[in-house]
Amino acid sequence: MTAVAMTVNGKAVTGDVDPRTLLVQFLREHLRLTGTHVGCDTSQCGACVVHIDGKAVKSCTTFAWQVQGANITTIEGLAAPNGPLHPMQEAFREHHALQCGYCTPGMIMAAVDIVQRKGNDLDEKTIRHELEGNICRCTGYHNIVKAIAAGAKTMGKGA
Amino acid sequence: MYEFKFHRPTTVRQAAGLLARQEEAKLLAGGHTLIPTMKLRLAGPKHIVDLSQIEGISGIEMKGRSLVIGALTRHFEVATSPTVKENIPALAELAGLIGDPAVRHRGTIGGSVANNDPNADYPAACLGLGATIITNKRRIAADDFFKGLFDTALEPDEIIVRVQFPKPNKAAYVKFPNPASRFALVGVFVSKRGSEIRVAVTGAGASGVFRVTSFEDALKKRFGVKSLEGMTVPADGMSGDIHGSAEYRAHLIGVLARRAVAAATA
Repeated sequence: MTAVAMTVNGKAVTGDVDPRTLLVQFLREHLRLTGTHVGCDTSQCGACVVHIDGKAVKSCTTFAWQVQGANITTIEGLAAPNGPLHPMQEAFREHHALQCGYCTPGMIMAAVDIVQRKGNDLDEKTIRHELEGNICRCTGYHNIVKAIAAGAKTMGKGA
Repeated sequence: MYEFKFHRPTTVRQAAGLLARQEEAKLLAGGHTLIPTMKLRLAGPKHIVDLSQIEGISGIEMKGRSLVIGALTRHFEVATSPTVKENIPALAELAGLIGDPAVRHRGTIGGSVANNDPNADYPAACLGLGATIITNKRRIAADDFFKGLFDTALEPDEIIVRVQFPKPNKAAYVKFPNPASRFALVGVFVSKRGSEIRVAVTGAGASGVFRVTSFEDALKKRFGVKSLEGMTVPADGMSGDIHGSAEYRAHLIGVLARRAVAAATA
């Protein structure tokens, strides 16, 4: 077993885990933050995307001990507790950018990362290209792309 | 996944010592090949030597006429680095084509080069630019480094610390990505540096990355698309699978090489 310590959604957390424990397992099974999903478990689908020190990463392809001391943000930590939804979450709701919802947490975490890297004015081509690592099997992506463009704009207004 | 012990050395010397002492030890950089392989139990190292705590093996700088990239530099950093974009824009573009944004935030150049996946992008850049792989022991020319599928000149306790790319006059990389994995079904890197011409191909060779000397000779006369008109590569020695036959891959080499030369001379 190995001791891990990191900050998750602004809170210092620790755990004693098998070295094989992936970050996504640590989040879901030890911290009970089940918003982060495991889809493919092969780093293809992006359902497990979280932010490590502000950058989108697939938490199914990272050992928990690799992010010792890091700052992790999951879908649960995107909006302030008991506050309104994050603008990107709100945009997904507004544009009906989900059907079954399984890919949604990863989509939203990836979307926020895209805005951080590419700015608030995103065209469709950019969004589709940047979403290469996130797979949705229901929506056909159209509403996801619309939601990300809208969410990016709202984020720019400092909402 | 099989059980393992992990180590987090803070110097390259410690890491090399661990590799030499521990049986079945594997280096971990970005982990985006090793971890999936371990999940499938295709790899079961008893010891993992994590390189992330070692200082001085990450970063990008120009040294004279060469671009030097630390082994632990992430694809994202290479893709967005103003230094890379200014000096070898083709290399920045190549790094931006690897995997997807989340993968590029973790994957490293050293990991990709050491793994020598026959469909990876960086081996094409190393061979296509005439790079030098700098390890804890020696300097290895790219021409001598890539030995075959997942095989390199690296000794068991040898660790890549930097990769040095001489700055070309012209260069471009064109990739035909597998739409599912985004690995190169075929990728062609071309460069011109003085009178030295290189055409390197990834994704197609049954023994991994290779140079197309017939194309290079043709381009030596004149570095332009016309020099490659009608030229083909035999399907002999190409890999074939459900994604594309050997003939299809051989055909793509000609197409992509012409596109790469067009991009390099645009």
